[in-house]
Amino acid sequence: MTKEEIKQAIIGQILEIAPDIDEGEIVSDENLQRSLGIDSFDFLKILTALNEVLYVEVPEADYSKVDTLEHMAEYFAQRIKS
Amino acid sequence: MSEFVMPSLGADMESAVLMEWHVKEGDHVTKGQVIAEVETSKGVIEIEVFEEGIVDKILVKEETECAVGTPLALIRTVGETPAADAPPSSQRIKASPAARRKAKEMGIEIATLAAAGGEVRLEQVAAVAETSPEIVPKVVAPDGMRQAIARAMSRSNAEIPHYYLSTSINMTPALKWLEGFNAARTIQERILPAALLIRAVVRALQEVPELNGFWQDDEHHVSVAIHPGIAIALRKGGLITPALINAQEMGLDETMHSLGDLISRTRSGKLRNTEITQQTITITNLGDLGVESVFGVIYPPQVALVGLGRIMDAPWAEGDTLSVRKVMQATLAGDHRATDGRTGGLFLDKLNQILQKPEELL
Repeated sequence: MTKEEIKQAIIGQILEIAPDIDEGEIVSDENLQRSLGIDSFDFLKILTALNEVLYVEVPEADYSKVDTLEHMAEYFAQRIKS
Repeated sequence: MSEFVMPSLGADMESAVLMEWHVKEGDHVTKGQVIAEVETSKGVIEIEVFEEGIVDKILVKEETECAVGTPLALIRTVGETPAADAPPSSQRIKASPAARRKAKEMGIEIATLAAAGGEVRLEQVAAVAETSPEIVPKVVAPDGMRQAIARAMSRSNAEIPHYYLSTSINMTPALKWLEGFNAARTIQERILPAALLIRAVVRALQEVPELNGFWQDDEHHVSVAIHPGIAIALRKGGLITPALINAQEMGLDETMHSLGDLISRTRSGKLRNTEITQQTITITNLGDLGVESVFGVIYPPQVALVGLGRIMDAPWAEGDTLSVRKVMQATLAGDHRATDGRTGGLFLDKLNQILQKPEELL
C-alpha cells in the first residue's frame, strides 16, 4: 500500500465517522483534531476503524506521532511494511 | 383507553413534527418501546410509550406538525374494546420535509400554502418564493436550536442565583493509572479520560446528592437516580446535553460504552425523549477545546453544572517540593436557592479525592 493510498483510507474513515466534514477541509499538515473539531471520542473511533482496515494499532503513547494526516499516513506506512 | 400525546421535550418546546410511526393500529406495545420519531429543534427524537397495551387508533399522520399535548394515538389496555372513530386532529399541516425546510429558509408560512388542500410540496414553496421578490432569505435568523438555547439560558440567568466555585485537581495519578490500564487492552476496549471523569463526577454526586436534582415550585427535589446531561457540541453549530440515563449503575467500561453511543446518536440525531428531558445535572467538559476553566449557566430546573477544563502541565507544590503535574480546573455552578457554597465545596473536594484513587472507579 502506498502512502497516498493510506492517506485516502484515512480520509475515507474521517468522512465516514464525521460525515459533516468536507473533504476539502482536511489539510495534510494541520492538526486533525483541532482543525476539524474532532473530539477524543471521534479520534479514537477513527483509529479503531483504521485498525480494522490496516491492522495497525496505535498505542496511546504514540498519539503525538499521528497528529496530522501526513504524520498519520507516514506512521501507518512504516508499520504496514515491517 | 388512554391518549398518547405529543410529549414536551423541554420547557422551551411548543410543537414538533411527527416524522414516522414505528407501529400501526392493532400492534401490541410494551412500556419503554419506541413507537414514533419526531423532529424537534434538537434533532430527530425517538418517542417511547409509557404503558403496555394495543394501539387502538393512530390520530395523526406522518410529517404532521403538532403542538405539545396533541393526542397522537389511542392506546387501549389488553382486553378493552376498541374505540369508535375518533375525531381527527385539527392541527394537521401536511408538507414534505424538503418543502418545510425551504419554507422556513424563505420565511414563508407553510400554513398559507396548505389552504389549497393536499400535501405542500417543494415546488409550491419554490414557486411562491420566486413570485414574491420581497421575501428574501434571512441571513442571520437563528435556527430552532439556537432559539431553544437562547430561551433556556435567558430564563436561567433571570431566575437562578448562581454561585461559582473552582478547584485545581492533580490528574497525574488518574492519567498514569489509565495509561497503564489501556496499555493492557485492545484499541476497542480503551477508556478515554472523559469517561473516567464522568464516572468520577457520578461517584462524587452519590456522596453529595444535593446537587443532583431540580428546583421546582420553590422546592428542592433531590434525585436518587443520576442522569447527567453531557454537553455535546455539534460540528455545524449548537449544543445538545442528552442524559446518560442511570449513570450511577454503570461501571467504568459501561460508562465509556454508553457515552460513545450517546455521542454518536446525538450527532446522527437519534436520541430518545427520556434522554433529552430527564437530565438531573449537567457536565460540560470543554477540555478538547483547550480552555482552562468553564463557568457554566445552569439549565433549569436543574440546580448545578459541573465544568471540567483542559488538562495541562502546571507547577504543583506538595509539601516543600515543587514539580510539574497534569492539572485540571474543576468548577461548579450551583443554584443558591437549592444549595450553599459549602455543599458545592464538599462536592469538589470529593471529586478530587476520588480522582486520586482512580482504581476504585472500575
